[in-house]
Amino acid sequence: MTSLLSYLTGEDGRNILSGLINTCILWVIGSGLGAIFGFLIAVARRYGPRLIDYVLQASVEVIRGTPFLVQIYLLYFGGPYLCLSLGEASACLTLDPFEAGILGLSVYGAAYYSELFRAGFEAIPRGHVEAAETVGLDRWQTLTRIILPEMTMLVLPSMVNMTILLLKETAVLSIISVKELKFQVDIIGNRDYAFVESFTILALVYWALVEICGALGRAAERRLSRYRFAHS
Amino acid sequence: MSWELFWLLVEASGLTILYSGVSIVIGFVLASGICAAMLSSHRLTANGGRLYVSFFRGTPLLIQLLLVYYLLPKIGLNVPSEIAAIIGLSLSTSAYQAEILRGGFQSVPRGLLEAADMCGLSAFASFRRIRLPVAVRLTLPALTSEAIMLLKSSSLVSVVGVVELTTMAKDLASSTYQPLPIFAAAGLVYLIINLVVAGFGRLAERAAKRGHA
Repeated sequence: MTSLLSYLTGEDGRNILSGLINTCILWVIGSGLGAIFGFLIAVARRYGPRLIDYVLQASVEVIRGTPFLVQIYLLYFGGPYLCLSLGEASACLTLDPFEAGILGLSVYGAAYYSELFRAGFEAIPRGHVEAAETVGLDRWQTLTRIILPEMTMLVLPSMVNMTILLLKETAVLSIISVKELKFQVDIIGNRDYAFVESFTILALVYWALVEICGALGRAAERRLSRYRFAHS
Repeated sequence: MSWELFWLLVEASGLTILYSGVSIVIGFVLASGICAAMLSSHRLTANGGRLYVSFFRGTPLLIQLLLVYYLLPKIGLNVPSEIAAIIGLSLSTSAYQAEILRGGFQSVPRGLLEAADMCGLSAFASFRRIRLPVAVRLTLPALTSEAIMLLKSSSLVSVVGVVELTTMAKDLASSTYQPLPIFAAAGLVYLIINLVVAGFGRLAERAAKRGHA
C-alpha cells in the first residue's frame, strides 16, 4: 500500500492529477456542448421544415450506428489526409488529439442527447400545451413555463445515463493519445510493468466518478420532482 | 479506395459479427443468472448481483478489456487474445442485459401473476407462461439496442490485438495512406450491420406481439 501511495507524490502524482483534470474537462465540455447541440437538433427537427428533419435524422442515425472509435479515427486522421489530397496545407483543418476528442465527444453526445430531447417533447401531453394556450400564454411562455420544466423532469434520468456514458467514452480517447487519465496511468503502468494494478486502479477511479455522477443525478431528480406531472 | 479494399473490410466485419454475436449470447446466459440473483429475496445474493452490475456498467469497456487481457495470464490462464476479448465483452454486456431484464421482470403487472395464481397455475407454469413471455416482450427493444451498442463497442477489441473490422481498417489506413475513405467505409459497414440488427429487432418485436392485445 505504501508503494501505491508513493505514486501519488512527485512527478507521477502530478501527471495523474493532470490526467484526471483533462478527463473532467473533456467530460464536462463534451457533454455540455453535446447537450446544447442535441437540444438544438431536437428543436430544429420538431419546429423546422420537413427537409431539415430528414437530414438531421439521417445524420443522427449515422452517428448512432457507427462506433465512437471509428468516428475518432476519422476526425483525427481524416483532417491531415484531406490536406494531403487537396494539396493545400492552409485550407484544411487538422485537429490535435485534444480538439479531436472534444469535437468527437460533442458530436457523439449531440446525436444521443437529441433523441432524448425528441422523446421528451413527444411525451408531454398535448392537453398541457392546449391548456396553456387556453389560459392565454404565448408560445414563448408555453415553452419556458410548461414544456421545458416538464421535459427536464422527463429526460433527466436518461440525461444522467448519457452523461455517464460519455465519461466512459473519454477513456477511448487515450487511443489517439489524448493526455487524459487512462493515458497518464498507462505510461506509469508500462514503465513499471504493472498492467493489472494500473487498470484495476483506473477501473476503481472511473467507477467512483460514475457513482458520484449517478448520486448527483438522483439528488437533482428529487429536487426537481415538483415539476413531475401525474401520469394518467 | 478500391473494391478490393472494401471487400477486405467486409470480410473482417464477419469477425466483428462473430465476436459480438458470441458475446451477446454468453452475456444473455450470464445476465439471466445475475438478474435472478438481483431479484432474489436473499439479501446477500441480491447485493452481489447489484454490485456486479454497478461495476461493469460503471467502468469503461476499454479498461475492462485490458484488465481481462492482462489478468488472465497472471492467474495462469494463457488464452488467445480473441478469447480474452470475448470474455471481456460478455462480462460487460451481461451487466447491461441483466439490468434490462430486471427492469422487464419488475414491470410485469402484478395482476397478471395474481390471476395466474387464481387459475391454479403452478409457480413454474406461471413463470413460463406469464412472467417470461411478458418480460421478453417488454425488454426486446432494449435488448436490441444493447446488441447494437455491443456491436459498436466491439471495435475496442482492436486495442488488444484482435483482428476485426476496426483493426483491419486501421491497418489498411496506415498501409495505403487513405485514412479518410477507409474509416468512412468501415463506418458504413458498421452502419449496415446495425441497421440489419435493428430490422431483426423490429421483426422479433412484431413476432412477440402476435396474438397479444
